[in-house]
Amino acid sequence: MLAALIIVFREVFEAGLIIGIVLAVTRTVPNRSRWIAGGVLAGVVGACLVAAFAGVLSQLFEGMGQELFNAAILGVAVVMLTWHNVWMARHGKEMAVELRAVGEAVASGSKSLFALAVVVGLAVLREGSEVVLFLYGVAASDGGSAIGLLLGGLAGLALGGAVCLLTYFGLLRIPPRALFATTTVLITLLAAGMAAQAVAFLARANWFTSLDTVAWDTGWLLSEDSILGRALHTLIGYTDQPTEMQLVIYAAVVVITFALMRLIGPRRSRHAVVAP
Amino acid sequence: MFAPIIPRKVTLAALCVSAMLPLSAVQAQEATELQVTYDGQFQPGELRAPAGKPIVIRVKNNSGKAMEFESHSLKVEKVVSAKGEAVVNVRAQKPGRHEFFDDFNDKARGTLVVE
Repeated sequence: MLAALIIVFREVFEAGLIIGIVLAVTRTVPNRSRWIAGGVLAGVVGACLVAAFAGVLSQLFEGMGQELFNAAILGVAVVMLTWHNVWMARHGKEMAVELRAVGEAVASGSKSLFALAVVVGLAVLREGSEVVLFLYGVAASDGGSAIGLLLGGLAGLALGGAVCLLTYFGLLRIPPRALFATTTVLITLLAAGMAAQAVAFLARANWFTSLDTVAWDTGWLLSEDSILGRALHTLIGYTDQPTEMQLVIYAAVVVITFALMRLIGPRRSRHAVVAP
Repeated sequence: MFAPIIPRKVTLAALCVSAMLPLSAVQAQEATELQVTYDGQFQPGELRAPAGKPIVIRVKNNSGKAMEFESHSLKVEKVVSAKGEAVVNVRAQKPGRHEFFDDFNDKARGTLVVE
């Protein structure tokens, strides 16, 4: 039972962190619960589909379907997160401070919510498909241990939910003035980390193997498999053996995000960019 | 008037593509192929491969449950469906021992020795 708990918790941990961040980012947006719940639901449905067709998916692209699918999912999430950041740089000020016509705020808020709901859905889909496969395997096997394993799995899911709430309430403790800047940085690094992960998947599929040399190994300092290592892996893309290409892409996403925020951000006066 | 612009783009694209292609072609040529079957345990429990060459591990899952072939030190993880097969690419390694396992069943473990 404990083994099942750990296996499931490890998978839902990442999705829990991401949902917690998204909840904090959207705390002032009306109707956000509906969007995020929709994202989670779509993610669960998607996870079941991916699990059901895992065998087929695996055989695509000469056996590299899983890797390319993961890379594509991460790529879409990176675009959505970057778009959200740039969009917030332009409209965040109006939304948070002026709150002009309520209707307009809702309309513009839902545009950005859509991007984040997609990010939530993809995170659930990616992590969830493994949970579904594992629990299905457990349920399909006979013997009395199956019930214990299922209970363990459910407890793991609940713990993942707890991670999500902890992240959310932890971020809400940050004073509102600093929260916007904090979440902008968080989302940028989240996106950069996902882009670096996508590079790793492409390299494993032998699709993109340029600069595939490990730049350094910090495994002695912080293993990627420790709890902290895993949390940082999700949050900022920490990996103990990054390849050169991963570093290049990571830096590129950070630079491009801030460049776009500067270029597109200020609508009227330059002062409007400053976080509320 | 527009003519010089397009060829330049095409050349650039061709350069990018040609810069990437030879690398993967070379890798595919030299890779060491290994085979491992899984039925609650890995068979064989120890794999051997030369250092400095990419490694391709073919995982055949004979069990009735999905499994996830995973190794922290090799940086690979791949779901293999029940009764399914999967190919895992590992980049060229220095000599050393690497543990791999089924992420869904921590009792199933094996080692890849790179020498």
